[in-house]
Amino acid sequence: MLRGRAALLLLLVALLVGAAGVGAHAFLDRAEPRVGSTVRTAPTDVKLWFTERLEPAFSRVEVVNEAGQRVDRADGAVDPSNPALLRASLVPLSPGLYTVIWRVVSVDTHVTEGDFAFRLAP
Amino acid sequence: MKTMLRVSLLAAVFVAAGTELAWAHGLAGKRFFPATLVVDDPFVADELSLPTVFHSKLPGTGDTLPRKETDVSGELAKRLTPDLGLSLGGTWKAIDPAGGKSVTGFDNLELSLKYQFFKSEAHETVLSVGVGWDVGGTGGKKVDAESFDTVTPSVFFGKGFGDLPDGLELLRPLALTGAFGWAVPSRVRNQKISSTADGDVEVEREFNPTLFTWGFSLQYGLQYLQSVVRDVGLPRPFNRMIPLVEVALQTPVDGPRARYTTGTVNPGIIWAGRYFQIGVEAVVPVNADAGKNVGVRAQLHFYLDDLFPTTLGRPLFGN
Repeated sequence: MLRGRAALLLLLVALLVGAAGVGAHAFLDRAEPRVGSTVRTAPTDVKLWFTERLEPAFSRVEVVNEAGQRVDRADGAVDPSNPALLRASLVPLSPGLYTVIWRVVSVDTHVTEGDFAFRLAP
Repeated sequence: MKTMLRVSLLAAVFVAAGTELAWAHGLAGKRFFPATLVVDDPFVADELSLPTVFHSKLPGTGDTLPRKETDVSGELAKRLTPDLGLSLGGTWKAIDPAGGKSVTGFDNLELSLKYQFFKSEAHETVLSVGVGWDVGGTGGKKVDAESFDTVTPSVFFGKGFGDLPDGLELLRPLALTGAFGWAVPSRVRNQKISSTADGDVEVEREFNPTLFTWGFSLQYGLQYLQSVVRDVGLPRPFNRMIPLVEVALQTPVDGPRARYTTGTVNPGIIWAGRYFQIGVEAVVPVNADAGKNVGVRAQLHFYLDDLFPTTLGRPLFGN
Protein backbone atom coordinates (compact mmCIF):
# COMPACT_ATOMS: atom_id res chain seq x y z
CA MET A 1 0.00 0.00 0.00
CA LEU A 2 2.81 2.33 1.03
CA ARG A 3 4.75 1.42 -2.11
CA GLY A 4 1.67 2.16 -4.19
CA ARG A 5 1.37 5.61 -2.66
CA ALA A 6 5.06 6.27 -3.18
CA ALA A 7 4.77 5.23 -6.83
CA LEU A 8 1.80 7.54 -7.29
CA LEU A 9 3.68 10.43 -5.71
CA LEU A 10 6.71 9.75 -7.89
CA LEU A 11 4.52 9.74 -10.98
CA LEU A 12 3.00 13.11 -10.08
CA VAL A 13 6.42 14.61 -9.36
CA ALA A 14 7.75 13.21 -12.64
CA LEU A 15 4.84 14.76 -14.49
CA LEU A 16 5.48 18.18 -13.02
CA VAL A 17 9.27 18.07 -13.22
CA GLY A 18 9.18 16.61 -16.72
CA ALA A 19 7.01 19.45 -17.81
CA ALA A 20 9.07 22.25 -16.32
CA GLY A 21 9.77 24.99 -18.78
CA VAL A 22 7.04 24.20 -21.30
CA GLY A 23 4.27 26.63 -22.15
CA ALA A 24 0.53 26.36 -21.86
CA HIS A 25 -2.60 27.96 -23.28
CA ALA A 26 -2.32 31.75 -23.22
CA PHE A 27 -5.38 33.25 -21.56
CA LEU A 28 -6.02 36.96 -21.21
CA ASP A 29 -4.94 37.99 -17.73
CA ARG A 30 -5.83 41.71 -17.86
CA ALA A 31 -6.10 44.56 -20.30
CA GLU A 32 -5.92 48.34 -20.60
CA PRO A 33 -8.56 49.66 -21.05
CA ARG A 34 -10.05 47.10 -18.69
CA VAL A 35 -12.45 44.49 -20.00
CA GLY A 36 -16.01 45.84 -20.03
CA SER A 37 -14.99 49.21 -18.62
CA THR A 38 -16.10 52.75 -19.39
CA VAL A 39 -13.24 55.22 -19.73
CA ARG A 40 -13.47 59.01 -19.70
CA THR A 41 -10.23 59.73 -21.52
CA ALA A 42 -9.62 58.37 -25.00
CA PRO A 43 -6.90 55.71 -24.79
CA THR A 44 -4.05 56.00 -27.26
CA ASP A 45 -3.38 52.29 -27.28
CA VAL A 46 -4.69 48.96 -26.05
CA LYS A 47 -2.55 46.58 -24.00
CA LEU A 48 -3.35 42.94 -23.36
CA TRP A 49 -1.38 40.92 -20.83
CA PHE A 50 -1.54 37.15 -21.23
CA THR A 51 -0.78 34.28 -18.91
CA GLU A 52 1.91 32.90 -21.23
CA ARG A 53 4.60 34.13 -23.58
CA LEU A 54 3.25 34.66 -27.08
CA GLU A 55 4.56 33.73 -30.48
CA PRO A 56 4.85 37.17 -32.16
CA ALA A 57 4.43 35.93 -35.72
CA PHE A 58 1.06 34.33 -35.01
CA SER A 59 -0.50 36.69 -32.45
CA ARG A 60 -2.67 39.61 -33.42
CA VAL A 61 -5.07 42.20 -32.07
CA GLU A 62 -7.42 44.66 -33.67
CA VAL A 63 -9.93 47.20 -32.40
CA VAL A 64 -13.19 48.07 -34.13
CA ASN A 65 -15.91 50.63 -33.51
CA GLU A 66 -19.66 49.99 -33.45
CA ALA A 67 -19.75 50.18 -37.25
CA GLY A 68 -17.09 47.48 -37.47
CA GLN A 69 -14.43 49.89 -38.76
CA ARG A 70 -10.91 49.38 -37.52
CA VAL A 71 -9.66 52.10 -35.21
CA ASP A 72 -6.25 50.64 -34.45
CA ARG A 73 -3.26 51.64 -36.54
CA ALA A 74 -2.71 48.05 -37.72
CA ASP A 75 0.50 47.91 -35.71
CA GLY A 76 -0.64 45.28 -33.20
CA ALA A 77 2.36 43.32 -32.00
CA VAL A 78 3.89 41.48 -29.11
CA ASP A 79 5.96 43.87 -26.98
CA PRO A 80 9.66 43.13 -27.55
CA SER A 81 10.44 43.67 -23.87
CA ASN A 82 7.54 41.58 -22.57
CA PRO A 83 6.59 38.51 -24.63
CA ALA A 84 3.30 38.16 -22.72
CA LEU A 85 2.10 41.64 -23.70
CA LEU A 86 0.23 42.34 -26.93
CA ARG A 87 -0.39 45.98 -27.81
CA ALA A 88 -1.72 48.18 -30.59
CA SER A 89 -1.94 51.95 -30.94
CA LEU A 90 -5.22 53.65 -31.72
CA VAL A 91 -6.37 56.52 -33.88
CA PRO A 92 -8.01 59.38 -31.91
CA LEU A 93 -11.27 57.92 -30.64
CA SER A 94 -14.63 59.59 -30.32
CA PRO A 95 -17.14 58.55 -27.63
CA GLY A 96 -18.72 55.16 -28.31
CA LEU A 97 -18.38 51.43 -27.87
CA TYR A 98 -15.25 49.64 -29.07
CA THR A 99 -14.41 45.96 -29.36
CA VAL A 100 -10.93 44.50 -28.97
CA ILE A 101 -10.51 41.25 -30.91
CA TRP A 102 -7.47 39.06 -30.31
CA ARG A 103 -6.11 35.73 -31.38
CA VAL A 104 -2.81 34.52 -30.01
CA VAL A 105 -0.51 31.55 -30.15
CA SER A 106 1.49 30.68 -27.08
CA VAL A 107 5.08 29.61 -27.52
CA ASP A 108 4.05 25.95 -27.31
CA THR A 109 1.73 26.51 -30.34
CA HIS A 110 -1.60 26.48 -28.48
CA VAL A 111 -4.16 28.87 -29.97
CA THR A 112 -6.59 30.95 -27.94
CA GLU A 113 -8.86 33.77 -28.99
CA GLY A 114 -11.30 36.23 -27.53
CA ASP A 115 -12.76 39.66 -27.59
CA PHE A 116 -14.00 42.25 -25.15
CA ALA A 117 -15.56 45.67 -25.25
CA PHE A 118 -14.85 49.01 -23.63
CA ARG A 119 -16.78 52.25 -23.85
CA LEU A 120 -15.46 55.79 -24.19
CA ALA A 121 -17.83 58.10 -22.33
CA PRO A 122 -18.83 61.45 -23.91
CA MET B 1 15.85 38.92 -41.87
CA LYS B 2 16.30 36.98 -38.67
CA THR B 3 12.59 37.43 -37.87
CA MET B 4 11.59 36.25 -41.34
CA LEU B 5 13.75 33.18 -40.94
CA ARG B 6 12.18 32.45 -37.54
CA VAL B 7 8.66 32.86 -38.94
CA SER B 8 9.47 30.58 -41.86
CA LEU B 9 10.98 27.98 -39.59
CA LEU B 10 8.03 28.12 -37.21
CA ALA B 11 5.56 27.85 -40.08
CA ALA B 12 7.52 24.90 -41.42
CA VAL B 13 7.40 23.22 -38.03
CA PHE B 14 3.63 23.77 -37.83
CA VAL B 15 3.17 22.35 -41.32
CA ALA B 16 5.41 19.39 -40.61
CA ALA B 17 3.52 18.75 -37.40
CA GLY B 18 0.31 18.42 -39.30
CA THR B 19 -0.84 21.79 -40.65
CA GLU B 20 -2.82 22.97 -37.66
CA LEU B 21 -2.04 24.72 -34.44
CA ALA B 22 -3.09 23.09 -31.22
CA TRP B 23 -6.43 23.84 -29.55
CA ALA B 24 -7.02 20.91 -27.21
CA HIS B 25 -8.55 20.74 -23.84
CA GLY B 26 -12.10 21.95 -23.69
CA LEU B 27 -11.86 25.11 -25.78
CA ALA B 28 -14.64 26.29 -28.09
CA GLY B 29 -14.07 29.84 -29.25
CA LYS B 30 -13.65 32.01 -26.17
CA ARG B 31 -14.99 29.28 -23.89
CA PHE B 32 -12.85 27.06 -21.74
CA PHE B 33 -14.72 24.02 -20.46
CA PRO B 34 -12.97 22.46 -17.46
CA ALA B 35 -12.96 18.72 -16.97
CA THR B 36 -15.88 18.01 -14.66
CA LEU B 37 -15.58 15.51 -11.83
CA VAL B 38 -18.77 13.49 -12.27
CA VAL B 39 -20.42 14.14 -15.63
CA ASP B 40 -18.31 13.04 -18.58
CA ASP B 41 -16.89 15.91 -20.66
CA PRO B 42 -18.17 16.70 -24.16
CA PHE B 43 -14.69 17.14 -25.64
CA VAL B 44 -11.79 14.83 -26.36
CA ALA B 45 -8.43 15.71 -24.90
CA ASP B 46 -5.10 14.43 -23.63
CA GLU B 47 -5.65 14.44 -19.92
CA LEU B 48 -4.92 12.55 -16.75
CA SER B 49 -7.17 12.54 -13.71
CA LEU B 50 -5.04 11.25 -10.86
CA PRO B 51 -6.29 10.89 -8.28
CA THR B 52 -10.01 11.33 -7.92
CA VAL B 53 -10.93 10.61 -4.32
CA PHE B 54 -14.48 9.96 -3.18
CA HIS B 55 -15.74 9.30 0.32
CA SER B 56 -19.26 8.83 1.61
CA LYS B 57 -21.49 6.81 3.88
CA LEU B 58 -23.76 4.81 1.62
CA PRO B 59 -27.08 3.15 2.47
CA GLY B 60 -27.61 -0.59 2.46
CA THR B 61 -29.51 -2.31 -0.31
CA GLY B 62 -31.30 -5.66 -0.31
CA ASP B 63 -27.96 -7.48 -0.48
CA THR B 64 -25.52 -5.10 1.15
CA LEU B 65 -25.06 -3.50 4.55
CA PRO B 66 -24.82 0.27 5.03
CA ARG B 67 -21.18 1.16 4.58
CA LYS B 68 -18.48 3.78 4.43
CA GLU B 69 -16.83 3.78 1.06
CA THR B 70 -13.63 5.42 -0.13
CA ASP B 71 -12.70 5.27 -3.81
CA VAL B 72 -9.43 6.34 -5.36
CA SER B 73 -9.53 6.38 -9.12
CA GLY B 74 -7.51 7.45 -12.11
CA GLU B 75 -8.29 8.01 -15.76
CA LEU B 76 -6.03 8.58 -18.73
CA ALA B 77 -7.59 10.13 -21.83
CA LYS B 78 -5.66 10.13 -25.09
CA ARG B 79 -6.54 11.58 -28.45
CA LEU B 80 -6.09 9.16 -31.33
CA THR B 81 -6.94 11.90 -33.81
CA PRO B 82 -7.87 15.54 -33.05
CA ASP B 83 -11.54 14.49 -32.68
CA LEU B 84 -11.34 10.89 -31.54
CA GLY B 85 -10.26 9.96 -28.05
CA LEU B 86 -9.78 6.85 -25.98
CA SER B 87 -9.77 6.67 -22.21
CA LEU B 88 -8.86 4.06 -19.65
CA GLY B 89 -9.93 4.28 -16.04
CA GLY B 90 -9.62 2.27 -12.87
CA THR B 91 -10.84 2.57 -9.30
CA TRP B 92 -9.53 1.19 -6.03
CA LYS B 93 -12.22 0.83 -3.40
CA ALA B 94 -12.16 0.52 0.36
CA ILE B 95 -15.48 -0.59 1.81
CA ASP B 96 -16.17 -0.57 5.52
CA PRO B 97 -19.60 -2.15 6.13
CA ALA B 98 -21.45 -1.40 9.37
CA GLY B 99 -20.81 -4.44 11.56
CA GLY B 100 -18.96 -6.26 8.80
CA LYS B 101 -15.41 -6.86 7.72
CA SER B 102 -13.64 -4.14 5.75
CA VAL B 103 -12.63 -5.07 2.24
CA THR B 104 -10.48 -3.42 -0.40
CA GLY B 105 -9.91 -4.08 -4.06
CA PHE B 106 -10.12 -2.83 -7.59
CA ASP B 107 -13.34 -2.22 -9.43
CA ASN B 108 -13.68 -3.17 -13.09
CA LEU B 109 -11.60 -1.43 -15.71
CA GLU B 110 -13.44 1.18 -17.74
CA LEU B 111 -12.69 1.90 -21.37
CA SER B 112 -14.34 4.52 -23.49
CA LEU B 113 -14.14 5.87 -26.99
CA LYS B 114 -15.43 9.32 -27.85
CA TYR B 115 -15.83 11.19 -31.12
CA GLN B 116 -16.33 14.95 -31.19
CA PHE B 117 -18.37 15.54 -34.34
CA PHE B 118 -19.37 19.19 -33.97
CA LYS B 119 -17.81 22.37 -32.67
CA SER B 120 -19.02 25.93 -33.09
CA GLU B 121 -16.50 28.57 -32.03
CA ALA B 122 -19.07 31.37 -32.37
CA HIS B 123 -21.70 29.62 -30.26
CA GLU B 124 -19.26 27.93 -27.88
CA THR B 125 -20.85 24.56 -28.59
CA VAL B 126 -19.38 21.07 -28.61
CA LEU B 127 -21.20 17.81 -29.44
CA SER B 128 -19.81 14.30 -29.11
CA VAL B 129 -20.86 10.68 -29.16
CA GLY B 130 -19.13 7.86 -27.39
CA VAL B 131 -19.33 4.40 -25.99
CA GLY B 132 -18.15 3.23 -22.59
CA TRP B 133 -17.29 -0.32 -21.64
CA ASP B 134 -17.20 -1.51 -18.06
CA VAL B 135 -15.09 -4.62 -18.51
CA GLY B 136 -16.77 -7.32 -16.45
CA GLY B 137 -14.64 -9.63 -14.34
CA THR B 138 -11.56 -7.39 -14.27
CA GLY B 139 -12.30 -6.15 -10.76
CA GLY B 140 -12.49 -7.89 -7.41
CA LYS B 141 -15.60 -9.76 -6.24
CA LYS B 142 -14.89 -8.58 -2.69
CA VAL B 143 -15.75 -5.02 -3.68
CA ASP B 144 -18.77 -6.12 -5.72
CA ALA B 145 -17.19 -5.59 -9.12
CA GLU B 146 -19.63 -6.95 -11.66
CA SER B 147 -18.79 -10.19 -13.40
CA PHE B 148 -20.58 -9.06 -16.55
CA ASP B 149 -19.83 -6.28 -19.04
CA THR B 150 -21.83 -3.09 -19.33
CA VAL B 151 -21.75 -1.15 -22.57
CA THR B 152 -22.96 2.45 -22.53
CA PRO B 153 -23.45 4.38 -25.75
CA SER B 154 -23.76 8.09 -24.92
CA VAL B 155 -24.16 11.54 -26.37
CA PHE B 156 -22.42 14.55 -24.85
CA PHE B 157 -22.90 18.28 -25.24
CA GLY B 158 -21.30 21.50 -24.06
CA LYS B 159 -22.75 24.96 -24.55
CA GLY B 160 -21.37 28.28 -23.38
CA PHE B 161 -23.72 31.22 -23.09
CA GLY B 162 -21.33 33.81 -24.50
CA ASP B 163 -23.82 34.58 -27.27
CA LEU B 164 -26.49 35.90 -24.90
CA PRO B 165 -27.73 39.37 -25.86
CA ASP B 166 -26.66 42.65 -24.29
CA GLY B 167 -28.38 43.19 -20.98
CA LEU B 168 -27.67 39.58 -19.97
CA GLU B 169 -23.91 39.92 -20.18
CA LEU B 170 -23.35 38.82 -16.57
CA LEU B 171 -24.91 35.47 -17.54
CA ARG B 172 -22.47 34.98 -20.41
CA PRO B 173 -19.89 33.20 -18.20
CA LEU B 174 -22.45 30.40 -17.69
CA ALA B 175 -21.99 27.12 -19.51
CA LEU B 176 -23.95 23.90 -19.54
CA THR B 177 -22.52 20.47 -20.28
CA GLY B 178 -24.32 17.17 -20.19
CA ALA B 179 -24.33 13.50 -21.05
CA PHE B 180 -27.08 11.00 -21.82
CA GLY B 181 -26.30 7.30 -21.89
CA TRP B 182 -27.95 3.91 -22.20
CA ALA B 183 -26.13 1.36 -20.03
CA VAL B 184 -26.81 -2.16 -21.26
CA PRO B 185 -25.54 -5.12 -19.17
CA SER B 186 -24.33 -8.19 -21.02
CA ARG B 187 -26.19 -10.39 -18.55
CA VAL B 188 -29.76 -9.70 -17.53
CA ARG B 189 -29.73 -11.87 -14.40
CA ASN B 190 -27.09 -13.07 -11.99
CA GLN B 191 -27.78 -16.45 -10.45
CA LYS B 192 -26.24 -17.51 -7.16
CA ILE B 193 -26.64 -21.08 -5.93
CA SER B 194 -25.96 -21.89 -2.29
CA SER B 195 -26.88 -24.57 0.18
CA THR B 196 -28.52 -23.97 3.54
CA ALA B 197 -27.63 -25.63 6.84
CA ASP B 198 -30.49 -28.06 6.23
CA GLY B 199 -28.92 -29.14 2.99
CA ASP B 200 -31.49 -27.38 0.84
CA VAL B 201 -30.31 -25.68 -2.31
CA GLU B 202 -31.15 -21.99 -2.63
CA VAL B 203 -31.10 -20.14 -5.91
CA GLU B 204 -30.90 -16.35 -5.77
CA ARG B 205 -31.54 -14.34 -8.89
CA GLU B 206 -30.49 -10.74 -9.16
CA PHE B 207 -31.81 -8.60 -11.97
CA ASN B 208 -29.33 -6.35 -13.77
CA PRO B 209 -31.35 -3.49 -15.21
CA THR B 210 -30.63 -1.48 -18.27
CA LEU B 211 -30.05 2.08 -17.09
CA PHE B 212 -30.71 5.45 -18.60
CA THR B 213 -27.82 7.52 -17.28
CA TRP B 214 -28.11 11.25 -17.52
CA GLY B 215 -26.48 14.25 -16.01
CA PHE B 216 -25.41 17.80 -16.54
CA SER B 217 -23.16 20.48 -15.12
CA LEU B 218 -23.89 24.17 -14.83
CA GLN B 219 -20.70 26.24 -14.59
CA TYR B 220 -19.87 29.88 -14.10
CA GLY B 221 -16.43 30.77 -15.44
CA LEU B 222 -14.88 33.57 -13.43
CA GLN B 223 -12.03 33.78 -15.91
CA TYR B 224 -14.58 34.24 -18.67
CA LEU B 225 -16.20 37.00 -16.62
CA GLN B 226 -12.85 38.73 -16.13
CA SER B 227 -11.43 38.40 -19.62
CA VAL B 228 -14.50 38.59 -21.85
CA VAL B 229 -17.38 40.28 -20.03
CA ARG B 230 -16.18 42.60 -17.29
CA ASP B 231 -12.99 42.91 -15.29
CA VAL B 232 -14.42 43.06 -11.78
CA GLY B 233 -10.96 43.01 -10.22
CA LEU B 234 -10.92 39.45 -8.93
CA PRO B 235 -7.45 38.61 -7.57
CA ARG B 236 -5.66 35.30 -7.92
CA PRO B 237 -6.63 32.54 -7.28
CA PHE B 238 -10.30 33.53 -7.58
CA ASN B 239 -9.93 34.75 -11.17
CA ARG B 240 -9.32 31.16 -12.32
CA MET B 241 -12.12 29.52 -10.41
CA ILE B 242 -15.24 27.94 -11.83
CA PRO B 243 -18.08 27.42 -9.38
CA LEU B 244 -20.32 24.66 -10.65
CA VAL B 245 -22.99 22.18 -9.80
CA GLU B 246 -23.12 18.73 -11.33
CA VAL B 247 -26.19 16.55 -11.33
CA ALA B 248 -25.66 12.84 -12.06
CA LEU B 249 -28.70 10.58 -12.27
CA GLN B 250 -29.64 7.12 -13.40
CA THR B 251 -33.03 5.59 -14.11
CA PRO B 252 -33.57 1.85 -14.60
CA VAL B 253 -35.70 1.23 -17.66
CA ASP B 254 -36.65 -2.33 -16.73
CA GLY B 255 -36.83 -4.58 -13.69
CA PRO B 256 -38.48 -4.02 -10.31
CA ARG B 257 -37.07 -0.48 -9.92
CA ALA B 258 -37.97 0.69 -13.41
CA ARG B 259 -38.39 4.46 -13.76
CA TYR B 260 -37.14 5.05 -10.20
CA THR B 261 -34.41 7.65 -10.46
CA THR B 262 -31.46 7.93 -8.09
CA GLY B 263 -28.34 10.01 -8.17
CA THR B 264 -26.51 12.90 -6.66
CA VAL B 265 -26.27 16.68 -6.85
CA ASN B 266 -22.67 17.83 -6.61
CA PRO B 267 -22.01 21.50 -5.93
CA GLY B 268 -18.38 22.52 -5.88
CA ILE B 269 -15.58 24.50 -7.37
CA ILE B 270 -12.77 23.94 -9.85
CA TRP B 271 -9.58 25.95 -9.99
CA ALA B 272 -7.92 25.76 -13.40
CA GLY B 273 -4.20 26.49 -13.57
CA ARG B 274 -1.64 26.33 -16.37
CA TYR B 275 -0.96 22.61 -16.29
CA PHE B 276 -3.57 21.15 -13.99
CA GLN B 277 -6.84 21.80 -12.29
CA ILE B 278 -8.09 20.96 -8.82
CA GLY B 279 -11.74 20.34 -8.10
CA VAL B 280 -13.73 19.57 -4.98
CA GLU B 281 -17.43 18.86 -4.71
CA ALA B 282 -19.96 17.85 -2.10
CA VAL B 283 -21.91 14.71 -3.03
CA VAL B 284 -25.55 15.18 -2.04
CA PRO B 285 -27.97 12.27 -2.57
CA VAL B 286 -31.18 13.18 -4.39
CA ASN B 287 -33.29 10.66 -2.45
CA ALA B 288 -33.11 8.02 0.28
CA ASP B 289 -32.10 5.29 -2.15
CA ALA B 290 -28.99 7.26 -3.02
CA GLY B 291 -28.21 7.78 0.66
CA LYS B 292 -28.76 10.18 3.51
CA ASN B 293 -25.25 11.45 4.03
CA VAL B 294 -23.31 14.08 2.18
CA GLY B 295 -20.06 12.78 0.74
CA VAL B 296 -17.11 14.50 -0.84
CA ARG B 297 -15.19 14.12 -4.08
CA ALA B 298 -11.88 15.78 -4.95
CA GLN B 299 -9.77 15.56 -8.06
CA LEU B 300 -6.35 16.50 -9.36
CA HIS B 301 -6.45 16.67 -13.14
CA PHE B 302 -3.50 17.24 -15.47
CA TYR B 303 -3.61 18.84 -18.92
CA LEU B 304 -1.22 16.60 -20.83
CA ASP B 305 -1.49 18.78 -23.94
CA ASP B 306 0.00 21.67 -21.96
CA LEU B 307 2.48 19.57 -20.00
CA PHE B 308 3.80 17.67 -23.01
CA PRO B 309 2.73 19.62 -26.09
CA THR B 310 5.07 17.86 -28.48
CA THR B 311 4.82 14.29 -27.21
CA LEU B 312 2.12 12.84 -24.94
CA GLY B 313 -0.11 15.85 -25.42
CA ARG B 314 -0.64 15.47 -29.16
CA PRO B 315 -3.04 13.20 -31.03
CA LEU B 316 -1.40 9.99 -32.20
CA PHE B 317 -2.55 10.68 -35.77
CA GLY B 318 -3.29 13.99 -37.50
CA ASN B 319 -2.89 17.55 -36.17
